[in-house]
Amino acid sequence: MSESVLGRAPAEVTLWQRAWRTFRISAWLGWQIESNWTDPFLFAIYSVVKPLSGAAILVVMYSIITQADFASPIFPYIYLGNAFYIYVGQIMAGVSWAIIDDREHYKTLKYMYIAPISFPVYLLGRGVAKFLVASSSVLITILFGVLFLKVEIDPALIDWPLFLGGLLIGVLMLAMMGLLLGGIALLIAHHTWFLGEGVAGALYLFSGAIFPLEVLPSFLRPIGYAMPLTYWLELLRRALVGSVAEAFPTLAGLSNMQLLGIVIGLTLLFGVASYFVFRWCEKEARERGLLDIVTNY
Amino acid sequence: MLASQKLNKSAGPRLFIKTVLARAYPRVIGQQREKSWMFFDVFLPLLAVSAYVFVYRAIGAPEEYVGFVVVGGAMTAFWMNVLWSMSSQLYWEKEQGNLALYIMAPNSMMAILLGMALGGMLATTLRALAIILLGSLFFQVNFVVSSFLQLFAVFTLAMVALYGMGMLFASLFLLLSREAWHLSNLAQEPVYLVSGFYFPIRSFNFWVAAAASIIPLTLGLDAMRQLVFPTGPGLGFLNVGVELAILGVLCVIFLGGAHFLLAYMEKLAIREGRLTESRR
Repeated sequence: MSESVLGRAPAEVTLWQRAWRTFRISAWLGWQIESNWTDPFLFAIYSVVKPLSGAAILVVMYSIITQADFASPIFPYIYLGNAFYIYVGQIMAGVSWAIIDDREHYKTLKYMYIAPISFPVYLLGRGVAKFLVASSSVLITILFGVLFLKVEIDPALIDWPLFLGGLLIGVLMLAMMGLLLGGIALLIAHHTWFLGEGVAGALYLFSGAIFPLEVLPSFLRPIGYAMPLTYWLELLRRALVGSVAEAFPTLAGLSNMQLLGIVIGLTLLFGVASYFVFRWCEKEARERGLLDIVTNY
Repeated sequence: MLASQKLNKSAGPRLFIKTVLARAYPRVIGQQREKSWMFFDVFLPLLAVSAYVFVYRAIGAPEEYVGFVVVGGAMTAFWMNVLWSMSSQLYWEKEQGNLALYIMAPNSMMAILLGMALGGMLATTLRALAIILLGSLFFQVNFVVSSFLQLFAVFTLAMVALYGMGMLFASLFLLLSREAWHLSNLAQEPVYLVSGFYFPIRSFNFWVAAAASIIPLTLGLDAMRQLVFPTGPGLGFLNVGVELAILGVLCVIFLGGAHFLLAYMEKLAIREGRLTESRR
């Protein structure tokens, strides 16, 4: 290896080492961007108030109509689906948002591209802060449900391997979906602010997050069955509240292992698709000079 | 410019009105030019409306609640507009370097905020109408208006008070930097909750509902639902007449407050050198 201008040979860095360094530093950067605009106390309140308010809207709606019948199986279905959906908004939309943030706000995207890093890995690292914030929100929302709304989750009855395995795979799947959206975000100027939000909103409606798919008109249900999140949310509900979740006919024909297999399969599919879509979009963005575009919207 | 040419300068009320119109112009024209924004402004609230409608259907709610959700979903457009295009607007202007130009120009900042409010209100009304129209078509909502005059009065007063509140927040946000974005983001769901966007505000304890009434959309929505749905009055928080009177008081408080606070905050921001700072 040739000597550098400083007279020292740069250390040999393997692909994995470089990827890990990029991931670690971008995760730290993401955390700073997320949290250092205020003091930790206000940040903690900020992280909790928003998701709890979203859950409270559903709780109030439910209470009015059912006279607060929290023992009904539909309540944990709605409550847990909504709680875990926090991950979707945060991770999927968050990973793609990093493109907008760096390109339009900080105007640093071009510098990322000339730095010796793997850009997709950088984007995934930026999603880590979102994952941490989302995890605390999900935890607090569920704790609130257990303590005050009689959501019956017994730690002794939770299928922990299924829950933790399903959660991890789902988070990976969401990150891959975020990368895919990130690729699309590289190519479009006008829609980017809405891209993550729009996709997350559509998935919220069609994935049966807060109501069983049977409630949707029959012509819309196939969209729900095609959504990976439908299976992921069902898996998490079953792991936490078992028979309560199985009471709904939507995916009653599938066993836990079948659900897990579907989620793993779809994660792999999204992993491959996001890699190729991202690479293609990236190439297009370079050719069309879009990497440093500032639309000022 | 030749000395013989006379500069047609405006001053006083004429300058004020011209400033209002000039600031309203890009709001109305600009937003119509970007067609994708119109699509997403209607599409995103419709997704939320649909999700909440299906929740009500899943738990066997009476059909009038579907109508409540459609009206509430349409009104979210106004809250979003006040948050992102009024309250935090001066933060965006600061980021882009326009704020200093506003302050330097020989016009009233109040006129600029009023122009933003008028332009935003007009453009958002079109979006809200589209949401109501599409939501009503999709979910077969029947409206039976008991008094068009009262409905017009409620809507007008609610909008004046709401945008007055937006102007007041804008003056507060003048001092903020990137925390403005986070605070606007934070003020979405909690306000949807306390203002009863998706359920009647009467469901809350009286004092909680009374406290939430400081946000003009709370009483505005409650009164509108009472006036457009046959079962609305039974689920209303206060009598429509009382709500109209409170909205009138809120208009005076927020517009007056915005006027005084804006002058104070502008001086404070100049003194502390915050008008051109950019903490990203």
